[in-house]
Amino acid sequence: MEVAGARGYIYPDKELDREEGQVIEEVKANSQGVIPDPDGWLEEELERNILLTTVDALINWGQRSSLWTVICFPACCAFEFIAANGPRFDLSRFGMEILRASPRQADLMITAGTLTWKMAPNVRRIYNQMAEPKWVIAMGACAISGGIFASSYNVVPGYNHIIPVDVYVPGCPPRPEALIHGIRMLQNKIAKKSILKKG
Amino acid sequence: MTIETKEMMLRTEPFVLNFGPVHPSTHGVYRMRATLDGEVVLDIEPVFGYLHRGIEKLAEQRTFTGFIPLTDRLDYVSSMSNNLAYVMAVEKLAGIKVPERAEYIRVIMAELQRIANHLIANGSFLNDCGAYFTPFLYMFREREKIIDLFEMVSGQRLTYNYMRVGGVSQDIPDEFLPALAKFVKQMPGKVDEYDRLLKQNEILLARAKGVGIISKEQAVNCGISGPILRASGVKWDWRRADPYSIYDRFEFDIPTASDGDCYDRFRVRMEEMRQSLRIVEQAMKQIPAGPVRAEVPHIVRPPAGEAYVHIEAPKGELGFYLVSDDSIAAYRCHVRPTSLINLTALREMVRGWKIADLIIIFGSIDICLGEVDR
Amino acid sequence: MTVALSGGEVAGQLEEKFPGGILESDQNCLVVKGDSLLGIASFLKDTPELNFDYLNYITAVDYFEYFEVIYQLTSLEHNHSLVVKARCYDRDNPALPSVVGLWQGADFQEREIFDLMGISFDGHPNMKRIFLWEGFPGYPLRKDYL
Repeated sequence: MEVAGARGYIYPDKELDREEGQVIEEVKANSQGVIPDPDGWLEEELERNILLTTVDALINWGQRSSLWTVICFPACCAFEFIAANGPRFDLSRFGMEILRASPRQADLMITAGTLTWKMAPNVRRIYNQMAEPKWVIAMGACAISGGIFASSYNVVPGYNHIIPVDVYVPGCPPRPEALIHGIRMLQNKIAKKSILKKG
Repeated sequence: MTIETKEMMLRTEPFVLNFGPVHPSTHGVYRMRATLDGEVVLDIEPVFGYLHRGIEKLAEQRTFTGFIPLTDRLDYVSSMSNNLAYVMAVEKLAGIKVPERAEYIRVIMAELQRIANHLIANGSFLNDCGAYFTPFLYMFREREKIIDLFEMVSGQRLTYNYMRVGGVSQDIPDEFLPALAKFVKQMPGKVDEYDRLLKQNEILLARAKGVGIISKEQAVNCGISGPILRASGVKWDWRRADPYSIYDRFEFDIPTASDGDCYDRFRVRMEEMRQSLRIVEQAMKQIPAGPVRAEVPHIVRPPAGEAYVHIEAPKGELGFYLVSDDSIAAYRCHVRPTSLINLTALREMVRGWKIADLIIIFGSIDICLGEVDR
Repeated sequence: MTVALSGGEVAGQLEEKFPGGILESDQNCLVVKGDSLLGIASFLKDTPELNFDYLNYITAVDYFEYFEVIYQLTSLEHNHSLVVKARCYDRDNPALPSVVGLWQGADFQEREIFDLMGISFDGHPNMKRIFLWEGFPGYPLRKDYL
């Protein structure tokens, strides 16, 4: 069948492009400030009910030992993440060998790569689609502050302009050992949270 | 009991499916709007730019040496080749001659990088074919050995920043050559192991043979280069046609194939790994002693002019076009994007195939989004 | 070795066919006028002795008074190469004919030049932005973009 005619009937491309461009401009205008990090857990008072403490401990152990990551791999840090999954630095021993394509089934987003303004609405959409409780590890210098590309016209200076970040792992790219250290820190954070309070 | 349905013809319409930027099988943030009729692909429209970091504009704001780390991140799977092409372009502009030992080290690094890149290319291709992670992890085992060698010389695992204008940044340590000899001795056995497991594998043959064919004339017309061109029957390799560095001193063959389908590209990459091992062996025997870097000031100021240098990078022809106006930063730096130009033919290659074949054809082109978007 | 043909050699053959189309020809390159670019390109591709069937790259540079678009062509059969340049003196709406009909590899590269420099190519089937989004203000690679 006539392809050109069919495309015109379904979606005029120019309309789509213009709408997407407007979405990007909107996200750019609203994200000039930094979203504050959720680090209230660091100063929390540790007084809790005995019953809830055991329940908390069980739930937290379950959550932190089986974090499933959502696939969000823009750039070079992705290869260090894949190497961390590989046979030498095995992430499977932390329960994390699953990489879920669907954000509904994931609870951890490891942002491995530079974020550009064109990609920003998509990352925010994926983050919004993940179910609570969810955590974010910002991996690499580009994810923390824009890295080596910070002064470019299309690069967002850090993922915390778009989504709240829990753990920052520096490096360009960070070694798989550094990434595993960051994951352990996140597991410590999850161990301290309570089902009553939101941390 | 059958129902005659000759009179009830189903009316079908094409629809547009978005293979979004976040997708498990697109090697990075690549987006396609595919027009489908059921499962058959009618047309695709690629959308790029999700990793466009403005590297060409940043080149005008960094010194020539300060731009080398940025070139690492172009095709981040094969950083040594990017570095090599860029420093060769600056050396051509400034008329700097590189010492012998540095040339041999560069050739060894470039060929090891070619092997590492083809391991990932074939591993991901088999991943897309459905062999979920087993060949990929096998090939990663070898790639870790190569990365160990690279870490010995440069300290980094992925983006090496090793080449400098006039040579390499530091000499190879004493334990490098024995470790390299050990690697070169056992690697051909591993390539044979992959061949034994995969060459006549029924599923691979059924999925990849005859799929995504591109003819000789069309490949040349689209500007495609690298293993894809050679798999279509054109025996063209920049290391032979226009030898740069010291490639005219080594003996190696150029593997080609005749059909131009996905299976042929897979075979060409396997054979190229063997030829690279041959080059590394010869270079190891001939490497002389001497300085590893020419006497070049840290802030290089080439005279005004322009230069284009291309090399045979693992993915194809990678070139840097540099314009200088006698200052410490480049006036204009353009990267010839291998992967973007290789993608030009994707539209013709996938018309008429199904969605699953689209993923395989796309995987066999072996692109890297850092180079497409820059 | 790939022989880099000098502009002077090729200019001799082109002068008779395209009078006035060539602006300069020196050791390294051949500078042509924008209008005669398409004719000269098809001549370079179709003549059997030249047979430039492979387009290496297209790129554009912003010198302040003009834009210069650079094409490098290679012939796989004869193993020689040539650099052709075209100039646009218009700053607001620069335009050049597109060579997509001759070399399909020019498709994405011309879109990139339009996106980042603002030079549009007449005859291109899909002339729109490729890396940046519709509605991005300005053309980043120009020298007057901040």
